[in-house]
Amino acid sequence: MSALLSADGVSLAFGSVQALKDVSLTVAEGEITALVGDNGAGKSTLVRCIAGVHRPDHGTITMRGESLHLKSPEDAREQGIETVHQNLALVEDLTVWQNLFLNRELVHKMGPFGLLDRRRMQRQAREMVATLAVNVPAVGSRVRRLSGGQRQAVAICRAAGFSSQLVIMDEPTAALGVQETARVEELITKLRDDGRAVLLISHNFDQVMRLSDQVWVMRAGRCVGGRRTADTTGQEIVGLITGAIQ
Amino acid sequence: MTTVAATPRFNTGRLKDVSFWAEWAAAIGLVLLVIVFQILNPTFLSTGNIASMLVAAAILVILAVGQTFVVATGGIDLSVASMMTLGAVGFGQAYSHGWGLTWSCLVAVAVGAVTGLINGLVIAKGRITDFIVTLGMLSAASGAALILADGKPVTVIDTTLLQLSTGGIGVFGWTVLIAAVVAIIAHVLVFWTRFGTHVLATGGSREAANATGINTDRIKIAVYAVSGLLAGLAAILLVARVGAAEPASNTSFLLNSVAAVVLGGVSLLGGRATIAGPVIGALLLTALTNGLTLLGVSQFYQPLAVGFVVVLAALLTRFQK
Repeated sequence: MSALLSADGVSLAFGSVQALKDVSLTVAEGEITALVGDNGAGKSTLVRCIAGVHRPDHGTITMRGESLHLKSPEDAREQGIETVHQNLALVEDLTVWQNLFLNRELVHKMGPFGLLDRRRMQRQAREMVATLAVNVPAVGSRVRRLSGGQRQAVAICRAAGFSSQLVIMDEPTAALGVQETARVEELITKLRDDGRAVLLISHNFDQVMRLSDQVWVMRAGRCVGGRRTADTTGQEIVGLITGAIQ
Repeated sequence: MTTVAATPRFNTGRLKDVSFWAEWAAAIGLVLLVIVFQILNPTFLSTGNIASMLVAAAILVILAVGQTFVVATGGIDLSVASMMTLGAVGFGQAYSHGWGLTWSCLVAVAVGAVTGLINGLVIAKGRITDFIVTLGMLSAASGAALILADGKPVTVIDTTLLQLSTGGIGVFGWTVLIAAVVAIIAHVLVFWTRFGTHVLATGGSREAANATGINTDRIKIAVYAVSGLLAGLAAILLVARVGAAEPASNTSFLLNSVAAVVLGGVSLLGGRATIAGPVIGALLLTALTNGLTLLGVSQFYQPLAVGFVVVLAALLTRFQK
């Protein structure tokens, strides 16, 4: 598998706190890459660097061999990197289709002005939701009325829907029940089957072993190891996380 | 797994739904009020009275539309009336210095827009609560108006301006038509432009809006600038109606603009808004005061009635989903 994205020697400090120390890892094309580690190990910080939220002090992030200089999440999005945030980043008072197209609204251009093309957005939203084949209600309903799993599905749908190549998910099933978790996992697998790369942060070992192709382990701001999921065991991963295995 | 394509927009089940009634509280209230007043005094729905009610509502409608943009982002603009006063004084000063009507109007609108812009900049960049900033501007703008006018009103006698406040098409005075155009443009802005969606998103969840790359600071600045600009426009109508530019405080306009927004079913928490709601709210408040006056009820009872109606409407909106 060729590397879609790789981080080389990424370091980042917040004041005197060294959040990331010389982190290197790769995300292969068409695979689910898991990122595990204890709370505060630096997973979210690393992911935010890749998503353009933070800029690393040292090191480079390259995509398909080209080095990226991301200044903002929009930059990352333009490169095909989409993020499903831990807090979902959906606006509850807006409808499903409005959320799917938030800040990427389709408009009828009329000189400097543009009127929303509501019909086209609704139709495309319906198609986006349908391709993911999840239990999502009408695209015209407000997100406030959706269950946690449905919201997560909408968030993933948004990340997956716009020619993204890498979808980053930060704890996508942390707040979900058993059935909803299963459904979201189906979705994640489907993204991979569609040829997208997924970078998954998870605390759930079973989930990591079940879904991922590659696991990277972080501890205290460092990337302490990577394994092919098929060649490792849950115990080995736990050992790497806690430091029992050096 | 089935996906429901679309829900029917209206069915009779909605009539039994409390939230349906809550959403239309202002419209239903207005109809009830009109019926009651018409029974008690048949001149209420005379052409002359309708025309004068609409004229009386025009300024409030414009202010309420501006207030709606701010409230939709989860803010509140306590300085609308003061900005209008400052705009009117700016108009008076420009006019008395012989700048002519067109320039005086532009001054009024510019004064409003700039003060609104200052509100927005301080709120967005200074990270200070909307309430505090606009409370400060409420005082600062009325103070500036007093200083600029030296506490004295400037009489403005202009035939065109007189035409504006007295002429019109049928029952609709020019000022009413201006207010209607403002409301229509605002409606299109809210529901048919990216800006409107981003305003609602900012009010609904600032964090989420930011995460999708919406510049919520810019949205905040824009809505306060819109509110200021409309306050400046309202200032022109005020000068036309009074025939003078006065540094008066106009506090009732502030309270009524917020009341109209609340009556219109717009959530003060932001994220949900209509333009039709606050416009109907403004009409309701005007009809209420007008009707009470027609019935010969003492003016002292009017604020009491307004307060009662507003709280009642707020109670109803609790049932909104």
